Amino acid sequence: MTLFLQQLMNGIGNGVIYASVALALVLIYRTTGVLNFAQGEMALFSTYITWKLTDWGVGIVAAIFISMLIAFAMGALVELVLIRPVEKKPPFVVLIVTIGMFLALNSITQLVFGTDEKQLPSAFGDHSWSVGDVRITGEFVGLICVLALTCTLLWILLQKTKLGLGLRAVASNPESARLVGISSGTMLMIGWAISASLGALGGAMYVPTTPALTAGSLQAVLVYAFAAAALGGFDSPVGAVVGGLIVGVAEALAIEYIEPLHDITLLVPFLLIGVVLLYRPTGLFGRNIVERV
Amino acid sequence: MSLLSVSDLRGGYGPVRVLHGLGFEVNAGEIVVILGANGSGKTSTIRAISGMLQATGSVRLHDEEILGKNPEAIARRRVAHVPQGRGTFPELTVEENLRVGAFSRKDSAVDEDIDRWLTTFPRLRERRTQLAGSMSGGEQQMLAISRALMMNPVLLLLDEPSLGLAPLVTQELFQKLAQLNRETYIAMLIVEQNANLALKTATRGYVLEAGEIVATGTSEELASNDEVRKAYLGMA
Ligand SMILES: Nc1ncnc2c1ncn2[C@@H]1O[C@H](COP(=O)(O)OP(=O)(O)OP(=O)(O)O)[C@@H](O)[C@H]1O
Ligand SMILES: [Mg+2]
Repeated sequence: MTLFLQQLMNGIGNGVIYASVALALVLIYRTTGVLNFAQGEMALFSTYITWKLTDWGVGIVAAIFISMLIAFAMGALVELVLIRPVEKKPPFVVLIVTIGMFLALNSITQLVFGTDEKQLPSAFGDHSWSVGDVRITGEFVGLICVLALTCTLLWILLQKTKLGLGLRAVASNPESARLVGISSGTMLMIGWAISASLGALGGAMYVPTTPALTAGSLQAVLVYAFAAAALGGFDSPVGAVVGGLIVGVAEALAIEYIEPLHDITLLVPFLLIGVVLLYRPTGLFGRNIVERV
Repeated sequence: MSLLSVSDLRGGYGPVRVLHGLGFEVNAGEIVVILGANGSGKTSTIRAISGMLQATGSVRLHDEEILGKNPEAIARRRVAHVPQGRGTFPELTVEENLRVGAFSRKDSAVDEDIDRWLTTFPRLRERRTQLAGSMSGGEQQMLAISRALMMNPVLLLLDEPSLGLAPLVTQELFQKLAQLNRETYIAMLIVEQNANLALKTATRGYVLEAGEIVATGTSEELASNDEVRKAYLGMA
């Protein structure tokens, strides 16, 4: 039982990270209709910036905030410079651009920051408490709080502000959005910017739970985040969060209890996607509006 | 001086030209109808006015050239375009759709106006929190028009408002448009297949054929024009 609870917590901890990167994917998909394959590498670059800042002596929490701001600007720039020119092209062209970004960003990161392993401190210190036989870490509590806060802020932004209304309008019907005077270009830029910020946050949460920061750090995370988004429905922020947690927990439990999966944990998300999509092609929370005309 | 003045409008899709230098006017407070067969260029004309279709020539609003400006800029000059077919935001609720219509407005009367259009179209009030995409075609059309009215328009461009509506609903819609025009003086340019009703509602009209204006006159004149009667009113 203790082992189970411990694994459950590990799973939720990882799930939170998958959820935040999945949220970033969903946000871009909803506003632009693009699956951003470079999401993980954008987050990687930001995580290195966070590391560099701590290397210069900035506190880790401040470093995360600063790198989120830098990521915000970079996300906007990426939309403006790389995505906008191909916006009207068929979706696969945009897809190829994001795959190109994936490769380029990975190399650029190595060029700028070097290929040696780095250590990024955790934002939550290393406190832990014992409850019975179970050890609850500050990291676990912190991750859950960060996810809860992120979700609340995003929800308020999208549902309660005028900017959010504009973002959702562009996602829903870009042509009619322009016809009421909403600048779709600006909205898409903001969507990419927010999403890049979320990625920076996810990266800075994730890396301290791993042995070291390397150029390959976030590649598996991207796969898990895709699984989370597919599971929850690519157009649903709620789905991204729930999907992320499911994938994280399933992964942790599978490692513990299913012997043959020890070394091939990446199989878990694929199995989950397969099963869900077989029964619900739109994902658990994806919308499938029946349009009547 | 007319509110909208279009001249020598030319445009198309890639190498295919569909508008061959047409011109017409809409005066303040007028309802003007454009009649034309399928594919004659009605939608293209309206899209050129609202900046959605690249075109050459001249489109002047209040004597300001708006041709070449982007759709956002033209919308901010309070030209409201209700596109043919799907003009709503399906993933947004009815009320949110109306709020989106007021996106570029800076004044504080938005809530009042929402209430106003919900009163004009009571069906929408019942469905205030429903997603637009789950409403019937007729309800969506009313929502699209209300959304356009939320822009406080000086000119309303309506592309086949009767599309997919039952005859009775169409009749009711045109009555409401006429009433609105009397009360608020909003000028309207309506593109319609339902020539009968459109001519009853409009002050003047134009007939579009293969991208050119081939006839014009007051509604009475057009309704008694033999060609028009044959082609658009189904009378010999
Ligand atoms: N996106 C497009 N690409 C290429 N050609 C187009 C496009 N849209 C319209 N056309 C062509 O332009 C011409 C005029 O089309 P338009 O939609 O303006 O006609 P319409 O009068 O509105 O017709 P309808 O009554 O069917 O709505 C048609 O020949 C059509 O095939
Ligand atoms: Mg048309």
